[in-house]
Amino acid sequence: MTEETALQRVKFYQTGTHTVGNRLIDKGARSVQSSMDRSNAITSGHRACQGCGEALGARYALDAAMRAAEGQLVAVNATGCLEVFTTPYPETSWQIPWLHSLFGNAPAVATGVAAAMRRKGRSEVKVVAQGGDGGTTDIGFGCLSGMFERNDDVLYLCYDNEGYMNTGVQRSSATPPTARTATTPALGDAPGNVFGTGKNLPLIAMAHNIPYVATASVAYLHDLEDKVTKAMHIPGARYIHIMVPCPLGWGTASDATIHIARMAVESGLFPLFEAEHGEVTRSNKIRRRVPVKDYLAPQRRFAHLFKKGQEDTTRIARLQRMADANIERFNLLGERESP
Amino acid sequence: MRKQLPFAITLDPGTSLANQTGSWRTERPLYVDRLPPCNNACPAGENIQKWLYHAEEGDYERAWQVLMEDNPLPGVMGRVCYHPCETECNRAKMDETVGIHAIERFLGRQAWEQKWKVIFDAEPSGNRVLVIGAGPSGLSAAYHLTRLGHAVTIREAGPAAGGMMRFGIPKYRLPRDVLDYEIQRILDMGVELELNVKVGDIEGAFEKEGFDAVFVAVGAHLAKRIDIPAHAAGKILDAVSVLRGMEAGGEPPQLGRRVIIYGGGNTAMDVARTAKRLGADESMIVYRRSRTEMPAHDFEATEAEEEGVIIHWLRTIKQIDETMVTVEKMEIDADGRPQPTGEFETIEADTLILALGQDVDTAFLERVPGVDIAKDGVVQVDTRMMTGRTGLFAGGDMVLAERTVTVAVGHGKKAARNIDAWLRGESFENPEKHELAGFDDLNTWYYDDAPQTVQSALDIVRRQTGFEEVLKGLTEDNALYEARRCLSCGNCFECDNCYGICPDNAVIKLGPGDRFRFNYDYCKGCGMCAAECPCGAIKMVAENL
Repeated sequence: MTEETALQRVKFYQTGTHTVGNRLIDKGARSVQSSMDRSNAITSGHRACQGCGEALGARYALDAAMRAAEGQLVAVNATGCLEVFTTPYPETSWQIPWLHSLFGNAPAVATGVAAAMRRKGRSEVKVVAQGGDGGTTDIGFGCLSGMFERNDDVLYLCYDNEGYMNTGVQRSSATPPTARTATTPALGDAPGNVFGTGKNLPLIAMAHNIPYVATASVAYLHDLEDKVTKAMHIPGARYIHIMVPCPLGWGTASDATIHIARMAVESGLFPLFEAEHGEVTRSNKIRRRVPVKDYLAPQRRFAHLFKKGQEDTTRIARLQRMADANIERFNLLGERESP
Repeated sequence: MRKQLPFAITLDPGTSLANQTGSWRTERPLYVDRLPPCNNACPAGENIQKWLYHAEEGDYERAWQVLMEDNPLPGVMGRVCYHPCETECNRAKMDETVGIHAIERFLGRQAWEQKWKVIFDAEPSGNRVLVIGAGPSGLSAAYHLTRLGHAVTIREAGPAAGGMMRFGIPKYRLPRDVLDYEIQRILDMGVELELNVKVGDIEGAFEKEGFDAVFVAVGAHLAKRIDIPAHAAGKILDAVSVLRGMEAGGEPPQLGRRVIIYGGGNTAMDVARTAKRLGADESMIVYRRSRTEMPAHDFEATEAEEEGVIIHWLRTIKQIDETMVTVEKMEIDADGRPQPTGEFETIEADTLILALGQDVDTAFLERVPGVDIAKDGVVQVDTRMMTGRTGLFAGGDMVLAERTVTVAVGHGKKAARNIDAWLRGESFENPEKHELAGFDDLNTWYYDDAPQTVQSALDIVRRQTGFEEVLKGLTEDNALYEARRCLSCGNCFECDNCYGICPDNAVIKLGPGDRFRFNYDYCKGCGMCAAECPCGAIKMVAENL
């Protein structure tokens, strides 16, 4: 056995594990996105807005899935921003086999593709289905629940930007309380979306006892790639819920997308965790905790909470309690030993 | 031939690459190299960020070669420099400054152990340059002139090269084997050294000996004195000769049991600590102002106190009567000046050592036509470091500047570059300074918290009784870790963030060492790359629309 060199021993890198790449670590341990031969599942020229979180999240997830599937991948897409901005007739940004049918049936179509591949003996071809929060939590929910219930061999990726952004920023069942949308205007005594409604799809997916459920964020690339890679190697129905900020719908600067996604996680409002067969197995610890205000205040959809001189302290406190509850429930500060 | 398409399909699928979204852009990202604050602060003009970049990869030799482009004495500098680089280090605003000096010292050690040679290529110019004085400034000038192809002779009045590095800085801060090794490495490059030669005739060097240029750096070795009324004179010495006496090779100076050092500079600290090591029971510093005003660096006072040196702040010496030293208490007035209070104390001492600063011995320059010497004895030079005599340059402690080894080394480099340009009939232009990389230009999310590596120190008893080096060097693991704490302020270190987080794939990765390029055909100008660049190496500028 050869002696370890200092280069192998010293595990500290100036940028830690947080940047996309790292010239100091072994090639095999580097992220897919840092690679010069990543698939670039969505190529340049797509019509997503400046700073689009979804374009980024989808490329992160699919490039990782492509690597895990060794290039043998079919993607089925629900209707939504992602579908619209990548495929204005007759152009396409997709550099992988890609299929779009309807808004609500992507999980069913993906199930069909997986069945067809199995029937043809092409077991090496893996299938992912993907959609926005509207196509997933509302319109395609029945098909998705069916796909889970049958444990079909599909990885479903939901890019959650918390509303129907493509059609003009309407509320979805993933829109958070107090957020202003075209259908939940900032008017009246309780401006914006109401408290106590909506769906938490990762938890609903867990209730189906499927083999793998995870949440991820565009601000945590390594974690996202790890989860996609792990999911790709598990047979059966899998679900990953990825937060992708929308500069247009959220009213944020185009260069703030990653920062906002990071604040959602660091405040506790968007917990990152993994669950297997209905049980949470791991959660990501918050590195530098921030109050929910740091996440909310830069977004114009929450501007009514931060009016000069009349800050809506009651409802900000209520949002803070939601974050605190997540921190407790998912052990986001690592205070307990097990998740 | 075009295939027959079924009804209702009119176009073949095309790629979105046809849609050049770069036309949306109102701001464009640019890669920039900003000036890291460490580099900006280094009196020797080292490219610290760059050599740390190589050290991080474990390529210590390349790091050392980069370092050696600016500074021929890393082993010395890693020990005695007061590291203004670390004072300015952006990392200090996160956790603690990067221990640059300790890594520099480590590289110096590696060079010694691995016998690395400086790589440079210069055609012999045929010019001969005389350097007067083998202190840090003269050695640095000789080194840099050699790298530029000139033949250099150093004449040194003393018995050994090193100047104040040898005759001013005690061994416990700078072991002599390190100094000897680094000086010898310069001489091995072809520099000629003549010892015990005091140059009196500058004009003769030009006219009779045919030197094309002369760099004079004789330092400041004349101890400043003051008049203290003494009824029966006790033993009064000056700091310069005490420290010099330590190097003479014979018996160390006899200082007695109780020693007072008068002054508050680094030299006073050095002498007080030396006295302690020579066996003085009481080594006391008397200084007329308080700790906040002292010219010595705070860590030196702290280390002195750790070793048992007693510092009497706010005292001036009024009178000496054999072993009785009368001091007057002072207080600091509104302008920060010490004022007498009329209250007196007496301290018993066998020896009084004056550490009140040094003057330049300019006698040999006064005969040179054109050389302008200020009233305080400081030699006047222009921006090229040339004196009023054409071809005669000066630097180090004898010109107006902070008197440190690092400043002197920087002077040597600056003078060498200007001498080289002047010899070629040109003038040396410094490359334009890049804008400074401030802390606000960084995105510190990407850096992990990591405290500075502590250099271990010799135990206190051995510090009080001998001249062994106080601070220990870093091991390779420690040095590598410490180098990796560098934030690379303002300079791309190829973390791939811009390449990874561009939603439009508009960043082209060019491969290791070649950084990245923007594809402006598709860049929409969202600015995410600039916002998420950890080190502030991307800036957004408005497009001309």
